[in-house]
Amino acid sequence: MSESEHVDESRRHFLLVATSAVGAVGAVATAVPFLASWQPSARAQALGGPVEADISKLQMGELMKVEWRGQAIYVVRRTQEMIDKLKEHDSMLRDPNSLESEQPDFAKNTTRALKPEYLVLIGVCTHLGCAPQPKLSAGDATVAADWPGGFYCPCHGSKFDLSGRVLKDVPAPLNLRVPPYYFSSDATLVIGLDKGVA
Amino acid sequence: MSTETNNKSGASALLGWIDDRFPLTKTWKEQWGAYYAPKNFNFWYYFGSIAMLVLVLQIVTGIFLTMNYKPSADGAFASVEYIMRDVNWGWLIRYMHSTGASAFFIVVYLHMFRGLMYGSYKNPRELLWIFGMLIYLVLMAEAFMGYLLPWGNMSYWGAQVITSLFGAIPYVGTSLVEWIRGDYFISDITLNRFFALHVIALPLALVFLVVAHLLALHEVGSNNPDGIEIKKNKGADGHPLDGISSHPYYSVKDFMGFVFFALIFAGIIFFEPTFNNLFLERANFDPADRLQTPAEIAPVWYFTPYYAILRAVPNKLLGVILMGLAVMIFFLLPWLDRAKVKSIRYRGWLYKGFLAAFVISFIALGYLGMHKPTPALTNAARVFSTVYFAFFLLMPWYTSVDKTKPVPDRVTFHAH
Repeated sequence: MSESEHVDESRRHFLLVATSAVGAVGAVATAVPFLASWQPSARAQALGGPVEADISKLQMGELMKVEWRGQAIYVVRRTQEMIDKLKEHDSMLRDPNSLESEQPDFAKNTTRALKPEYLVLIGVCTHLGCAPQPKLSAGDATVAADWPGGFYCPCHGSKFDLSGRVLKDVPAPLNLRVPPYYFSSDATLVIGLDKGVA
Repeated sequence: MSTETNNKSGASALLGWIDDRFPLTKTWKEQWGAYYAPKNFNFWYYFGSIAMLVLVLQIVTGIFLTMNYKPSADGAFASVEYIMRDVNWGWLIRYMHSTGASAFFIVVYLHMFRGLMYGSYKNPRELLWIFGMLIYLVLMAEAFMGYLLPWGNMSYWGAQVITSLFGAIPYVGTSLVEWIRGDYFISDITLNRFFALHVIALPLALVFLVVAHLLALHEVGSNNPDGIEIKKNKGADGHPLDGISSHPYYSVKDFMGFVFFALIFAGIIFFEPTFNNLFLERANFDPADRLQTPAEIAPVWYFTPYYAILRAVPNKLLGVILMGLAVMIFFLLPWLDRAKVKSIRYRGWLYKGFLAAFVISFIALGYLGMHKPTPALTNAARVFSTVYFAFFLLMPWYTSVDKTKPVPDRVTFHAH
């Protein structure tokens, strides 16, 4: 019996560490399917695919809302006057050249648009996700006396110009996001894909 | 033991039979029947047991609500209206649950304030405090997810705002938000998973943590308004001289607390169930509309102090971090407090002043978080946020230099 009383500590230690390590790897591997099941499902991804919008009836200086991925997409048909004025208030903007914000490469400019006439934005405030209200006319006294025209978020007072660029001294950190989009014809806007990918 | 039971009556024979196989009497005695608690408990010691009562109420009313509630974007709002209008007594069960959520936070905040006053988090009760804080965290998650379920417009936009907070995290933010929502927006999928977490995962965690909290309490023993360890003075029978058996003494006291709580609770449910827009917000009686933000988004009152801190910070990421810290910093209390005494009764004016300033800031932030920010109110929120954090961050300093009074050996107690 004296032999059985001998305990090989190093062997025990090795077995303990080896079993724990293999068990931990197994636990992590098992967690993967459960955690991954929280990702958008195939159906959610399919429903989040590109949508088409008919923009033929959109008048100058007007806004229409299109739904894509459960979010309102704002499409504004800007007048030449609106476009010309975009360059005049850079000093009021936090990021006039859209260096930090999220947009397709073609929108990394003053107009933030493929065709300057059509502004396409995700209508979700970059602060905490409220829906900014369109206040398109410049000098709208309900917002501010020096208002350049744009969007005003009622939740926490963030302000954006007519290119969706964020003004200084508001809680929103970034310009409004521009979704990927392209025009499949003069009258049809496709949101969710840009032409390079299609 | 089993030989003795032969002579006893049927009931005690049954108990003996059970006790030989399961520690029923032993557990009862350890956890309550012969658990000696300080005899100088005051009004503030009602809220622990009342919190347990509310937990039971929430679980029972919640089970009955799930029998008629439909966790889908198409059916949720209508099923809550159905519960309110058509289900027999459905309105009562629903209002008990929605008012119960607010009651839970009122009781828990008072319970936590008691801990702050009497130093109940200090050695040897650090782990007890940590379990309590974990309960508070899970409770916040439980309340947040429960608030989405009626699928009202405030449910929707509240969830939108809170899940967006995670988007502030650099690099992984956007994909993390998608992972939490399971979609590109707050959708049916999000509602369904919040429902699962609200009715199964989080309540299970909550019950487990409450058991751990109680086991830890009964192991180290209760603190008291004098902050004296009653185990240091034991009588010939081995029980603390300043302790009394929880049963029947505190059973009766806690029952009294239950009755008074039930009176107030029933009054609110019957006469003011939404508590003037505070317990259930007006915008939540409109169905969720993902294209239309309510005029003003404010979380329910129990989150507004933290929401005010979030809004007070001009930088989004920093705001999110400070809001998280405002909650998590409570965990560190046992190590931030350097005072030699526990109870406020024997502390100096420094601690009393800081605690008062903290309570005022917490309430003021709660008020500010409910209202639309103006530049003046935002500045006020910044001042109160600073005071809030000063209470914690300066604690190692002011608790070590504070002039404390000598603590007596025995508790202060006057027989009635």
